[in-house]
Amino acid sequence: MAHGPQPGLKRWLYTTNHKDIGSMYLWFSFAMFLLGGCMALVIRAELFEPGLQIVQPEFFNQMTTMHGLIMVFGAVMPAFVGLANWMLPMMIGAPDMALPRMNNWSFWILPFAFAMLASTLFMEGGAPNFGWTFYAPLSTEYAPPSVTFFIFAIHIMGASSIMGAINIIATILNMRAPGMTLMKMPLFVWTWLITAYLLIAVMPVLAGVVTMMLMDIHFGTSFFSAAGGGDPVLFQHVFWFFGHPEVYIMILPAFGIISAIIPTFARKPLFGYSSMVYATAAIAFLSFIVWAHHMFTVGMPIAGELFFMYATMLIAVPTGVKIFNWVSTMFRGSMTFETPMLFAIAFIILFAIGGFSGLMLAIAPADFQYHDTYFVVAHFHYVLVPGAIFSITAGVYYWLPKWTGNMYSEVMGKVHFWLAFIGLNVTFFPMHFVGLAGMPRRIPDYALQFADFNQISSIGAFLFGAAQIVFLFNVVRTVMGGKKASDEVWDNPEGLEWTVPSPAPYHTFSTPPVIR
Amino acid sequence: MRIGENTKISIKLLAFAASMLVFSIFILPPIYDAFCEITGLNGKTGGRYQAVPATVDKSRIVTVQFVATNNENMPWEFRPSVISMKVHPGEVKDMVFIAANSTSRNMVAQAIPSLVPFKAAQYFHKTECFCFNQQELMAGESAELPLRFIVDPDLPDGINTITLSYTLFDVTERFANKTDKNEIDPEREG
Repeated sequence: MAHGPQPGLKRWLYTTNHKDIGSMYLWFSFAMFLLGGCMALVIRAELFEPGLQIVQPEFFNQMTTMHGLIMVFGAVMPAFVGLANWMLPMMIGAPDMALPRMNNWSFWILPFAFAMLASTLFMEGGAPNFGWTFYAPLSTEYAPPSVTFFIFAIHIMGASSIMGAINIIATILNMRAPGMTLMKMPLFVWTWLITAYLLIAVMPVLAGVVTMMLMDIHFGTSFFSAAGGGDPVLFQHVFWFFGHPEVYIMILPAFGIISAIIPTFARKPLFGYSSMVYATAAIAFLSFIVWAHHMFTVGMPIAGELFFMYATMLIAVPTGVKIFNWVSTMFRGSMTFETPMLFAIAFIILFAIGGFSGLMLAIAPADFQYHDTYFVVAHFHYVLVPGAIFSITAGVYYWLPKWTGNMYSEVMGKVHFWLAFIGLNVTFFPMHFVGLAGMPRRIPDYALQFADFNQISSIGAFLFGAAQIVFLFNVVRTVMGGKKASDEVWDNPEGLEWTVPSPAPYHTFSTPPVIR
Repeated sequence: MRIGENTKISIKLLAFAASMLVFSIFILPPIYDAFCEITGLNGKTGGRYQAVPATVDKSRIVTVQFVATNNENMPWEFRPSVISMKVHPGEVKDMVFIAANSTSRNMVAQAIPSLVPFKAAQYFHKTECFCFNQQELMAGESAELPLRFIVDPDLPDGINTITLSYTLFDVTERFANKTDKNEIDPEREG
């Protein structure tokens, strides 16, 4: 087992090592994050002033669509899979993932999927322009020809996610070190186990819905075409049956990361471990029965509206359990505020704000006003940017010294944090106001009265973008060298990953550790 | 040895994923259609109705309004012969929609019904409807499209007006290479 990586490019092409694959996932996701971020900046630059200045409406639509697709499927999901690859085996005392060759494959099909998706930008008729939710018939009868590439890109991403999820479940269920019972697993492992089940349940539904689109477009079926006896509303039901669990796929692993970081820097064990596990499971279950809250305005019987409204509000209960547990963990703790902790605390505060605007949106009668406005944009960016992105960033800062053996620059980390924190709030908070005042989403122009808030949002967006450059620089510098990190890195952190040397050797836990 | 266990769990999970794919394509849409038909969701009305002898409720009058709409670029003239009629529940009623193909090419159309209030959808029966078939009109031809319906005597008390809307779709290209006037699958009929 002592052999190391192959030299050169072969190491990355042929690798079956969970650490190599984890690193590739993380770098790939960062590249996609920058690409999707540039698209967001095109959107914000256009919205800096009312009227059309920089891009044509058709291209603006392509930008909103591609930004959403790339951030969801290219940035957030692969980043979590990358963290899972790096950390799960080290957290449960396993030598590697259960299915290392499939692991290699599930990563290496991703760049092809996204190359295919991005290539549509250069095609005749342009990239997909129907929004990341690709509602039929916009994405079928009225779609640009490139929609077929989009469909196959989604198929490949789905295959990658399903393989990744199978691998994670097999690893967690079969590869734990002796004595690592389920209720001793770190919460990141728990949340990923549940997330992986969500992935296996709903990624095939996404594949199914794009397959139905493909058949409608090319093979004359009428799943979503009213003229042939189908129903466009069916699309929305199937899409959101995938889409709602999908948003929890993007947030549950984040809960795991935060549950690892808060106890370390509060120097107290996590409050209410088992309630955290049950709350995660409850959220995952509820995510399957709330999908129609995305479509209150399509025309539902009152009983349906009420059911989906109350079921959605119910999710606030397990989520509240989690928030209170994190706060209780910090209560009277001996807290310090290193960069991962700053991101983790910002996560709790800002995610709670996003949760509250979610509760507002869940109120069916009120939703008729909020629907498809910037209020919705503000809501899901408040849960996804501080939720998914901040937690991934926190996780990277937290484990980077373990991965590289070097300490990152704390000063630069704090600069990154404050730029990102201020930039994020300046960008997305004003969107609540313009949304409530009626500014519709996905439109390149707007009424004059929204101009001030939109300018503020655009300035914030560029600030947030600049913050990520600091992040990139800090990470690259840490990978290259810097102050050596100790094996424990932090002050008495919990978890098996801190018992191996820093940097973590190419092979860890070739013999299982002893679990107390 | 672990390898056997990993293979076992992988196969199970793959089978789960495959079954979710089958579920989303082959099971969800029919369930949705059945659900819509039962609840009248989206104003979907049922397929052909076999008339059963029923007593006509003379004490009650329901207004049925008719709306005809052309989908996007559909060039036909399309209108109901009467805008509304008063019916007694249980009574068999006939009316026609008038369609004229004023273009210079032969075309095929499909009418898709929708009904409000949704609650009334399951109490509105069509024993004959032009929407069960595609309608083919030669260039310049016009036709009277028949509709025979019964409002169910069990119609809930609060409902005094029913609006039945037909949207006419141009399906010439979609069905250009099929034989004339196919009956569309009643299971998927809107």
